[in-house]
Order: sequence, then structure tokens, then C-alpha cells
Amino acid sequence: MTVTDDRPTYKWVGTRPIRHDGYEKVTGKARFAADLDLPGQLHAAYLRSPHGHARILSIDTAAAAGMPGVKAVVTGADFPDLDPTDPNFDVSVNVMARGTVLYNGHALAAVAASTRAEAAAAVAAIQVEYELLPVILTLEESMADGAPLVNEHNITKFVESDGPSNLATSNVVERGDVEAAFAAADLVVEREFDTAYVHQGYIEPHACVVDVGPNGKADIWASSQGHFMVRALTASVLGWETSRIKVTPAEIGGGFGGKTTIYLEPVAARLSEKSGRPVKLVLTREEVLRATGPAPASKSRIKIAASNDGELTAIDCWFGYVVGCTNDFAGLVGAMSVASYKFPNLKLEAIGALTNTPKSAAYRAPSAPQAAFAIESVIDEIAQTLDMDPIDIRLRNAVVEGDPTAMGMPHPRIGFVECLEALRDSDHYRSPVPDGAARGIGAGFWFNIGEQSSATVNLNEDGTATVITGSPDIGGSRASMALMAAEELGIDVYSITPVVADTESVGFTDVTEGSRATFSTGMAVVNACRDLIEELRARAATILGVDLDAVTWVDGTAVTDGKDPLPLSAITAKAKSTGGPLTVTASLNAGGAGPSFAVHCCDLTVDEETGQVTILRYTAVQDAGTAIHPSYVEGQLQGGTVQGIGWALNEEYIFDDAGSMENASFLDYRIPVASDLPMIDTIVVEVPNPAHPYGVRGVGETGIVPPMATVANAITRATSIRMTSLPMSPPKILAALDTD
Amino acid sequence: MRYTSPTTVDEARSLLAEHPGSRVFAGATDLVPQMRSGRPAPPVLVDLKKIAQLMSVTHENGQWTIGAATPTANLTRNHDFTAMFPGLSEAMGLIGSDQIQNRSSLGGNLANASPAADSVPAMIANGVQAVIATADGTRTVPVAEIVTGPGRTSLADGEFIVEFTLADTPADTSDAYLRMIPRTEMDIAIVGSAVRLTVSDNIITDATVVLGAVAPTAVTVPDAGAALIGAAINAGQIDDSALNTLADAASAACDPIDDKRGTVAYRRRVAGVLTRRAAATAVERAQNGA
Amino acid sequence: MSRTHITCTVNGDPVDFLASDGTSLLDALRDELGLTGAKEGCGTGDCGACSVLIDGRLNCSCLVFAPEAEGTEIVTVEGIADDDRLHPLQQTFLEGAALQCGICTPGVLIAAKALLDANPDPTETEIRYALAGNLCRCTGYDKIVRSVQEAAVQLKGAAR
Repeated sequence: MTVTDDRPTYKWVGTRPIRHDGYEKVTGKARFAADLDLPGQLHAAYLRSPHGHARILSIDTAAAAGMPGVKAVVTGADFPDLDPTDPNFDVSVNVMARGTVLYNGHALAAVAASTRAEAAAAVAAIQVEYELLPVILTLEESMADGAPLVNEHNITKFVESDGPSNLATSNVVERGDVEAAFAAADLVVEREFDTAYVHQGYIEPHACVVDVGPNGKADIWASSQGHFMVRALTASVLGWETSRIKVTPAEIGGGFGGKTTIYLEPVAARLSEKSGRPVKLVLTREEVLRATGPAPASKSRIKIAASNDGELTAIDCWFGYVVGCTNDFAGLVGAMSVASYKFPNLKLEAIGALTNTPKSAAYRAPSAPQAAFAIESVIDEIAQTLDMDPIDIRLRNAVVEGDPTAMGMPHPRIGFVECLEALRDSDHYRSPVPDGAARGIGAGFWFNIGEQSSATVNLNEDGTATVITGSPDIGGSRASMALMAAEELGIDVYSITPVVADTESVGFTDVTEGSRATFSTGMAVVNACRDLIEELRARAATILGVDLDAVTWVDGTAVTDGKDPLPLSAITAKAKSTGGPLTVTASLNAGGAGPSFAVHCCDLTVDEETGQVTILRYTAVQDAGTAIHPSYVEGQLQGGTVQGIGWALNEEYIFDDAGSMENASFLDYRIPVASDLPMIDTIVVEVPNPAHPYGVRGVGETGIVPPMATVANAITRATSIRMTSLPMSPPKILAALDTD
Repeated sequence: MRYTSPTTVDEARSLLAEHPGSRVFAGATDLVPQMRSGRPAPPVLVDLKKIAQLMSVTHENGQWTIGAATPTANLTRNHDFTAMFPGLSEAMGLIGSDQIQNRSSLGGNLANASPAADSVPAMIANGVQAVIATADGTRTVPVAEIVTGPGRTSLADGEFIVEFTLADTPADTSDAYLRMIPRTEMDIAIVGSAVRLTVSDNIITDATVVLGAVAPTAVTVPDAGAALIGAAINAGQIDDSALNTLADAASAACDPIDDKRGTVAYRRRVAGVLTRRAAATAVERAQNGA
Repeated sequence: MSRTHITCTVNGDPVDFLASDGTSLLDALRDELGLTGAKEGCGTGDCGACSVLIDGRLNCSCLVFAPEAEGTEIVTVEGIADDDRLHPLQQTFLEGAALQCGICTPGVLIAAKALLDANPDPTETEIRYALAGNLCRCTGYDKIVRSVQEAAVQLKGAAR
């Protein structure tokens, strides 16, 4: 851990208590979405398109409806058609196809029956007539002149449009004089890169149980990154008022961005409504891979100019993201990764292109990893060409507070330089590269986001506290909330019970994404605690018979000159006689999220006869702002890193010519296993975010940004081959070595 | 679908005769994924693990007899067996996770007829014989004659593998198996190579090379074996030109496909690399009496 | 599909239940016995989230047909604590922050227990290969491996 001078010392913040939900999770008692059963519940199954693109001429569900155990069947006709300009139109169409199936795996009907087997048998009895349409799978096909439309409802965002097209988005950002800078440069390096579709790969398949009662109200139990999001999107797809739906968050078995949208809930709700019974809907692993959001594939062209002393003077880059069958993707956000370096002259173009593949979804720092892979590879090549240390060239050009981002706004206080220095001074970087191995460096960042959060803090009569939020805990955020509340209130962290409440028991809260839970929801908790402390001072003044101004709050006690300090528990014990229950709710729309920078370092070997890469040592350095619970900060860095290593080496969607995914299983969609990896060392840098009461930046996203370039740069230094295509699987590496 | 667990070979034979289309299984590590991917469920499942003969491992009079349903973990934990057949043991130790190896069996790995089955090249290299229960008795055939193509075997309807037999390895003989997978575990082989050889006075006097995952079935490569026979060992190293001939012969014997797991060119190339490495390991073992 | 009456021992308790013959042991544990600790992550033996011990051996319960459980002794994550005292692995996982979302944790704990039962002093490499059948997408495995190492140390101390 590397701490900057401006980080205060705390009693609780920065300690490592056992997480409050830990006991349930190591004993099998924690309830994930598929763990809940309701009396009389039915089981549902989907019919999915076997074609990559086809018009649905007819769906005959009569035979299925008459099969044993079948209680309800739904198709697209059971859902209202949203206007194509509705922001939830794409979600609605993805939940259940209307008229056209847009990818192999697209849902077009579902059945609820007494057992899963009966539901599956009935699905097989649904008759569909299709008219096959052209299948577009690649960026080139999508953008070709006269290309058939992927999705007839797609209208390009951010530019004037003259009707439907395959272009999802198009953005251009320019500053300075790029052409002049290239003309004057000592060195110009230009490379093209490509990356494959990858999946978030959470181990828990999507699942929900929905019970629509006779009053028309729906109870939904589901795992997601935001149950208010589930409520809003489900209502929208069903054409319901939001108030008809209550969503209770189940424990979530991994999301990484992939559970920031919905797939199942409206389908289960309609089946429940039609059958009058609770309906449980659980995806299979194959369905998760075929029909939930992968991260976009990409292509890019990067051209960077440098002076002989290593100043990066200009960048001209183009990013093409392959976003799948619908358009709700902001590719530019990730392409803003160029903003790690000063680049006085910059031209950035980013497009999104539609294809007949699953609708892409957010995945940890969405679209930044693809861009960072390309940019950090070119910077490494410049460092090699100039014979510069890869950390030195980054230090020479790293952005600091006040430097412009790609869009021109100044960076706030950031810790990129501190991360680079921490790696430079680390045992790993100072150790010699092992014989036969090579070392690579890569960097990256994520802006992080704020958004809306609510928190209620109840003080209980025994002096303990309940902290209620609406942010699903996807990796230890309950512990973070409790730590911040303990610090504020001055009571033991284990005296605090953190709760993630349903949509009717806590104020609106946006999804857990963009590394925002500890930042924004944490800020709501802090604000609630601070309001409570004001109230506690007032109660103490009443009890002690002194003026409010005479009472200060110190380390969990009300302190007044000449009297014994009054602990929090003495005040809560007298709550009834001093004004009633002590409870405060706070809510906010947080601004000021602080970018989190990271620098990674990897030692690896390449078997030049088989192309196999073995990672020997890995260090991830990242600025957390303040690490509220350092163990879970380290865990975020390690988890993001290993996902990135998977993206770098082996993970990819493989489609056949008709758009059918050939590797829709954990056998052939190869996420890293324990034996693939060494320990992942972490160095947590703490450059506090001035916009948060404890300096939090949020750490979840950034960890996945640097690994691909880090690994690629090490492979290059091991083999003298510049790898520009992900994944860098053994066959690809061997082919590159052979053509060299 | 009905589950049955006969306790004798005869009982299993009768069940299979009475219920056409039924399936025998041991670990179901291939059967369950196949059923989940939509293959029709058999009317009757015949669990072979309650038949003592199919679950036993014996070593008598210089011969091993291995029940076809015995979990491979039972063999990889048997130190006498692993010392005598290190390559075959390596192959079994590569079939999936510990969870899988507590279920997977030599019989299942063979009868599933995957071109990439890890134990099959090593069994063929070691001359393993399969004892098959037929409609009215048994027949014994070399393992090499069981698989006829991807998912296809020479077993007739109602036949199943009861046990395998293999002879003790002489002290101057050993084996090795290597496979290529992208990860370190849990993958299906892109290429597998088994080598068994005998070293006498620093000369390789006998050698068998069998490749997996590079053709519709495991393939024995006589040219590769011939490349090794007569090769000199100097300070534990096989003569370089023999190794090059060996690698070329292995690559030339490949008849692979491009698929999601690997390309034709990659499989060819790596078949030679792995065979060379496996031969080196086998020599080291043979010379150390392993 | 015919249903079979199955009698076995689960976490030390004799139990019996009816299950369709094609039902997996995983589904039987979850649906018939209400033991939802074992999870389905893939249903094909590739992720290990459904790991249980059957007669002391590590298995993916999704690959086991329920009738195969007849007469066996099964241990799930719900059964590894000693009454109110957590198993050392459970305790070191908590203290070492070896879980984030927690979905893989039950299977990882069972696989780690199977390892330490058989090999009380595993190397890091042995731990990593013993857990290779248990996918975790959150942690990068680092804190899992360290927590298994720590539990091994504690168990050896207790055995002394």
C-alpha cells in the first residue's frame, strides 16, 4: 500500500473486518436468485432463434399449450410494442423478438409448466416459420456500401441521420493540429488492432422468480446490479406503471456490468400473470453465453507521433466497436482512454457498428480495455524504438490535475504519476526479469461515475445501527458502508448491520456500476450519519440539560464540559423520551467521481514451439483514492486483472458463418482457471478524491483496462513479435511467429 | 427415462437387450453434457458402477486388469500403476478436474469416441486390450480397434466394455503423454501425443507413437516409431536427426480439421513438437527404470 | 419419467426423497432437500459450483444422477461446519476476503476440503490444480489460494 501525505488517519476506514454477509456466504445460507422457491411455482423455458437473422412469419403455440403440465405460453405478441424512439425499445425487443429475430439465440417464445422438463418439452413443440434474412457478423460486412440492414429500427446516434442504418454511433473529437504534429515528428508509429467479443463470465446464470397477484401487482425476486433498474425496465417492457412492481434483490453471483440490464423478468411476469402462479425462470449456461450481453468486439487504428526524447506529440486514432444487434452503446466513453497522456494534438474517431450477434452489454470499464490495448501497445513500441524505459516514457507524458481529457475538460486530482512511481519503486519492477522470460507494462484508467443513491440509517435502542441502502453488494460493499458508518458514528463496525433493501423499503438508487457503490451510496450513508450526529447532539443536549452548542460529537460520544461523556447507546436508550426514534434518510445525485488510474506489470514466458504463454509474476498498481476495506480493494484489482488476462490470452466468441456461437460453454469459452495464474500482487495507491468525504474513487472498473496491453507488451518483448489481435491464443502466437 | 444399476454383467447385458437405445454409463461426464445440449435421452440408463468386476483393479502374474468403469482417479492414485505406466497415468490425470477424474473411466473415455480423448492414444501405445461383453459372451480386441470415427465405435448394439488388460512394462521400457491445451486444465486436447519406447544400451530398440485430436480417431504413426527405432541416446538425449524425422513423421500423419479449438496448421505443427518432447521424456524414464 | 425413492445420508443426517431418474443430484439436493448451497453454474461439470463430497470423494453433483446417491454419504457446504464452529477453511475464507460475490464459494470450499483431507500440506501449485475445476470470476483466485494455505497451517497446528 502506498499512501500519499494528504490521506488522514482513520479508526475504521482502512481496516479489514470480516464482511457482514460473510457467514451466510461460506455456509451456503446466502440466497441467490435461483435459490428461492415459492409455493405452487411454475418453471419456465425459452424458445430461441436457431437463425442469425430471420423474419418470423408465424408462431404456432397451440400444440405446446396443450402439452402436459403447461400453464402459459408467451410470444412477442404478449408484450406492447414500444416506439422505436423509446429509450427502452432495444431492451424490449431483446427480451422477446417482435416480427424479426436479430441473432442466433434471440428469444421468441417462452413456456411455463409444472416442471422444467415439461416446459422444455413444450418449447420443442412450438412451430415457427422463418424467412431467412442476410446475416451480418463483422464490422466490415456491417459498414460495407449497400450492406443489408442488421436491424431495421436502428437510427445512428450523435449524428444527423437519413434513416435506418447499421451505424450505431459516430463521434469525432479533435484538438490541436494533428497533421502538422505528425509532419514534424521524429518518430511515428501506426498499428491496427482487433479484439474479439468476450463475456463477463459471471458464474451465476441470470435467474428470477416472479409472482403476479390477483391485484395485478408483481413481486420480483432477482439478482441484478440494480433492482430499481429491474423495476423500471420491467415496467417499461410490460407497459405497466412502475408502482405495480416490487423488486427484492437476491444476492448476486457476479455481474461485472452484465447485470445492469434485464432479460428475464418481464417474461416471467407475463407468464405469471397468464397462469396465476409464481414463475421461476433460470437461464442455462449456454443461454447466458448465447443470449446475454458480451462486450463488443473491436478494431482500431492508432497512430502516435513522438519526439526523440520521448514526448508524445500527437495521436490519431480510430475505433470501431462491434456492438451486436441493437444500439444502446456509447463507444466513445471507453475510447476516451487516450486521455491518459497529454497529447497536445489529438484526433479521435469512434464508431459503433451493428451485427446480427447478441446485444452487447456493459463489461467493466465498458469499451476502455479495447482502446487501452491498442494505445498502450503503440506507446510500448515507441518506448522500444527509442530505447526508453516503459515507465519513464509514461511518466514523461502522464496526465496530472488540470490536463485536458479527450473532451477537453480538465482532469481533477488524479494519481497516475503516483501509480507509475509506485510500480517503478516496487520489488517486482526492481527485480531482474527471470531468465527466459520477458516483462511488459501497461496502463489505463476509468472515469468512474456518481449517479443517484439513497441510504437510511436507523439507530437501534441498544446503540447499534442499521444501514439500509439500495445498492446490491457485488463484492463487499456492505462492509464498506458499515466501515464508513462506523467511522462517522464512532461505534464498532460490527455494531452496524448493513442491509440491501427492496424497492419499497429504501429510496431510489441507480445500478451498482461504474465503480459507484462505495463512492455515491457511501456518500449517502455518510450524509445520513452526519445528519444523525446532529440529532444525537440535540438529544444529548436535552438529556444533559445544556445548550446544543455546548455538545460536540467525539468518537461515538456526546461531550460537554464538566459532564461525563454520553455514549451513543445512552442516547438511543432514551430515544422515546427525547423525541422518538433516531432515523435519517439521505439521498443524492453524486458528482465528482474521481478517475482511478492503474499501471500493471507482468513477467511471462512464451513457448515458441507451441505458442503457449505462462504468466510468472503479475503486479497491479491502482489509485483507490482511499481504500475503505483494503482487502476488497485488492480483490477488485486482482479480479479485474485476471478477467483481463483471460481477454488477453484465450477468451473469445467463435461464430459459425450463420452466426451460431460454437463455444457456448465453460469448456470452450475459456476463462482463466486457478492453475493458469500466479498470485496477483497489488499495490494500492491512495491519492484521495477531494470530492468524497473519505476520498473514495471507486476501484471496480479500472483493473480490467491495462492487462491486455501489459500481456501483449511482454509477449512482444519475449518474441519480438508485436501481437495486435486478441485473444493471443497459442495458435495465433505460433502463426505470428511462423510468418515473421 | 429409467435409471438402472445392475450388479452383474449378465444383468446389464439383459437390460441392454430388452431396451434398445438404452445407454451404459460410468461417470456420465460426457453423457450429461450431451443430454443437456439436446441429444435425446435414452429410455434406460444402465449404471455400470455397481458391477464389482467393472470397478476393480488387479495386478496378477505380470498383468493388470482394470474394470472399465473404474474412476481414473483410482488409477492415478495407485502408485504401483503410475510407476509402471507414467504416460498413461499422465493422460488420465489430464481428463478434466479432480471432480471429473473421480467419475471419468477408461471405458467411458474410449467408448465416447471423441477424437481428443486423452487416455486413448496412451492406451493404444501400451497395447491395451479391451474385453467386451457381447450378446452371449465376451470378445477381446485391441483398444485401437474400438473407435471408428467421431462418436462411432465398433461396439455392436448391446455390447459394452467390461475391462481392460495390459501387461507389465519391462524395466527398459516406458511411456509419456503430452497434450496441448490453451489453459493449464479443463480443456479438450488440441493435440495429444503418446510415446512408448524401449532403450537398450543407449539405442532405442522399440517405439510406438500414437496421436490424438489430429484425425477422426487416434492414429498410430508407424513412420514416427520407425524414426525412433535405432536412434542413439547420448547423455540422455535422443539423436537430433532422429527427433527431426520423428517430428516430421508425426506432423505428416495428421489429418486434422479447423475447428473452434485449433487450426489444421497448428495441430500439424504441434503434433511434431509434442511428439519430440514426449519421446525425450519417455527415454529419460526408460533409462531411469521408471 | 419414473421416480425413484432414494435413501442416503446428507451432512450426517439420514434423508430420503423421491426423484425422477434423470434428475441430477444437484437438483435433488436443491429442490427436494432444500439444500441450496451447491449452485448450478453450468450443469456440465465445467465450473465446480455444484461440488459435493460423495463418500468422501469430490464430485460435480450436476453430473451425478440422483438415484446414484442411494446408500451414499454426501457432504455439502451446509455440512462442513462443526455445529456452530466454522470449518477452518470457512474461517480463513472470511478473514482472507477469499470471496466477493460468493456464488462459487460453496464449491470452492468443498474442493479445498477434499484437497486438505487428502493432502494436509499442499504446495501452491497443488492447491491451484486441485481448484482448477472450480471457476471463480471475481477474485482472480489469489485470496482463495492464500486462504487455503492459511487453513492448511491451522489444521496442521490443530492436529499436532
